[in-house]
Amino acid sequence: LSRDRLDDEVWDEIEESLITADVGISPTQTMVEELRTKVKVLGTRTPDEVRGLLREELLKQIDPELDRTLQVGKHGERPAIVLVVGVNGTGKTTTTGKLARSLVGDGKKVVLGAADTFRAAAADQLQTWGERVGAEVVRGPEGGDPASVAFDAAAKGIEDKVDVVIVDTAGRLHTKTGLMDELGKVKRVIEKKGTVDEVLLVLDATTGQNGMRQAQVFAEVVNITGIALTKLDGTAKGGIVISVQRELGVPVKLVGLGEGPDDLAPFDPEVFVDAILGD
Amino acid sequence: MFETLSDRLTSVFSSLRSKGRLSDADIDATAREIRIALLEADVALPVVKAFVAQVKERARGAEVSQALNPAQQVVKIVNDELIAILGGETRRLRYAKTPPTVIMLAGLQGAGKTTLAGKLAKWLRDQGHAPMLVAADLQRPNAVTQLQVVGERAQVAVFAPEPGNGVGDPVGVARQSIDFARQRQHDIVIIDTAGRLGIDQELMRQAADIRDAVSPDEVLFVVDAMIGQDAVTTAQAFMEGVGFDGVVLTKLDGDARGGAALSVRHITGRPIMFASTGEKLEDFDAFHPDRMASRILDM
Ligand SMILES: Nc1nc2c(ncn2[C@@H]2O[C@H](COP(=O)(O)OP(=O)(O)OP(=O)(O)O)[C@@H](O)[C@H]2O)c(=O)[nH]1
Ligand SMILES: Nc1nc2c(ncn2[C@@H]2O[C@H](COP(=O)(O)OP(=O)(O)OP(=O)(O)O)[C@@H](O)[C@H]2O)c(=O)[nH]1
Ligand SMILES: [K+]
Ligand SMILES: [Mg+2]
Ligand SMILES: [Mg+2]
Repeated sequence: LSRDRLDDEVWDEIEESLITADVGISPTQTMVEELRTKVKVLGTRTPDEVRGLLREELLKQIDPELDRTLQVGKHGERPAIVLVVGVNGTGKTTTTGKLARSLVGDGKKVVLGAADTFRAAAADQLQTWGERVGAEVVRGPEGGDPASVAFDAAAKGIEDKVDVVIVDTAGRLHTKTGLMDELGKVKRVIEKKGTVDEVLLVLDATTGQNGMRQAQVFAEVVNITGIALTKLDGTAKGGIVISVQRELGVPVKLVGLGEGPDDLAPFDPEVFVDAILGD
Repeated sequence: MFETLSDRLTSVFSSLRSKGRLSDADIDATAREIRIALLEADVALPVVKAFVAQVKERARGAEVSQALNPAQQVVKIVNDELIAILGGETRRLRYAKTPPTVIMLAGLQGAGKTTLAGKLAKWLRDQGHAPMLVAADLQRPNAVTQLQVVGERAQVAVFAPEPGNGVGDPVGVARQSIDFARQRQHDIVIIDTAGRLGIDQELMRQAADIRDAVSPDEVLFVVDAMIGQDAVTTAQAFMEGVGFDGVVLTKLDGDARGGAALSVRHITGRPIMFASTGEKLEDFDAFHPDRMASRILDM
């Protein structure tokens, strides 16, 4: 009897750790069911062993083998182009700034495109980042056409023979078709100048189940190639990216760990999983 | 995608053979469905547990056993309970006896504080008040510029004596703003603060210092409707760190189910006062508990 009770507690704990990490109720239940079967087959006895199996399972789900390298290599003379997208306030501009910092640190020349012409002082914010990290910023008139700013940024990058052009875009909810169409246009207009090598979807780690819808819609409109999971320095775990990765086949490539220029890191599956497990 | 809770419960109840009193098994099955629906809506787990226990209790009662359609009856109970928690007493802004009324905004990074500051200012100006915005986020790049632009759009004054971007003391700015508002006869002061994490003790201390410097009539906790399970931890941290009197739910123009509304209300007992529903200054509304309840449950 006491063993059964211990088992229930262990299972509840496991379920809770997944749910409270925003993994989602349905993926959680599937994972727990599979784990229960595995435990039966293997004759696993101790809670620690069960947790070990869970860790393995989570790692499998997040897939450490995925290629998470950023596509920022030049095409001959032409710079690589990165487009940064996402819903409002997730950390796009900050991630753009930090990414520029890290590329500049690697000895690359970077141009930033301030294609958020909508939000109050958005271009100023990017400009400050540009000055901070040593990247030139291309901006347009407030309220102007974001696609033409993006185009100008790409053109400037090509003209100056820089290594990477990063285009920051305005936050937009995936439910707003007009704004999503505008984003599609931004990408198409850049493509007149060169291929867009990376489309980074910036997801806020505090986001719950809505993150899945965000990712689906952005993927449809601009074909995202990587995810940047921000604000992981807080208490949120960002578990929604497990489903996002699996459904879209797009890897998390970067994580945001703070507001400073160096608070950007490559995504580490083991660190991510251990945070969910609370170790 | 999701079935609605009504659909789900109807299917649970359609399998019942006997009418009349629901068996414990029926009630457990019902509770499981409600739990799933709430978790899919991002209601935080501890809140789901407490809520489901409460609904279970009522589902055992006479009102359900005597109902012609027990499924609809349970849905009604869930809805009523949700509205009861989300609603409570509706509370309006409290104005100071001696002006200026001081409203301080606090919340996580990117929640929508600065935008809300502009919306509140415009809303109050439209009612004949003379509000003033205070730029006390001296940390986020160009947060001060952003507030200045927002103030211009809302046609209200902005007190921004420090450039920000790491320069200036937010506590000092907040303190000075009160005298300045008095001199210029502004009857309302709205203080925009930097976004901060619940676990950032230093910045939480700073928020408490700002509060102590201005003795706000209202501290409003601004929270993104897309937030997931972290709502509980964060709301608790702000409650303990700075304390708040009311909640503003932002980005409700999206399709997030907004379970955070229930979580924050349940955990802190503080009323949700306003809804932010877009990026423009006029996208702002009083909070409607009944709409929120049906949104959470997708009914
Ligand atoms: N703690 C923490 N804060 C972050 C991180 N990334 C961004 N932020 C903060 O989040 C807030 C929003 O960041 P922005 O970069 O302006 O977000 P955005 O997506 O560009 O916002 P919009 O352009 O308005 O949609 C700012 O206060 C940033 O400093 C992170 O990794 N950790
Ligand atoms: N769609 C939508 N966007 C909103 C809403 N409220 C704010 N935003 C957007 O969310 C983003 C962040 O808003 P801010 O007002 O800068 O948020 P903040 O809390 O001041 O951010 P920090 O100062 O960096 O912590 C901006 O892009 C805003 O335009 C809303 O209700 N709906
Ligand atoms: K974390
Ligand atoms: Mg931005
Ligand atoms: Mg702000």
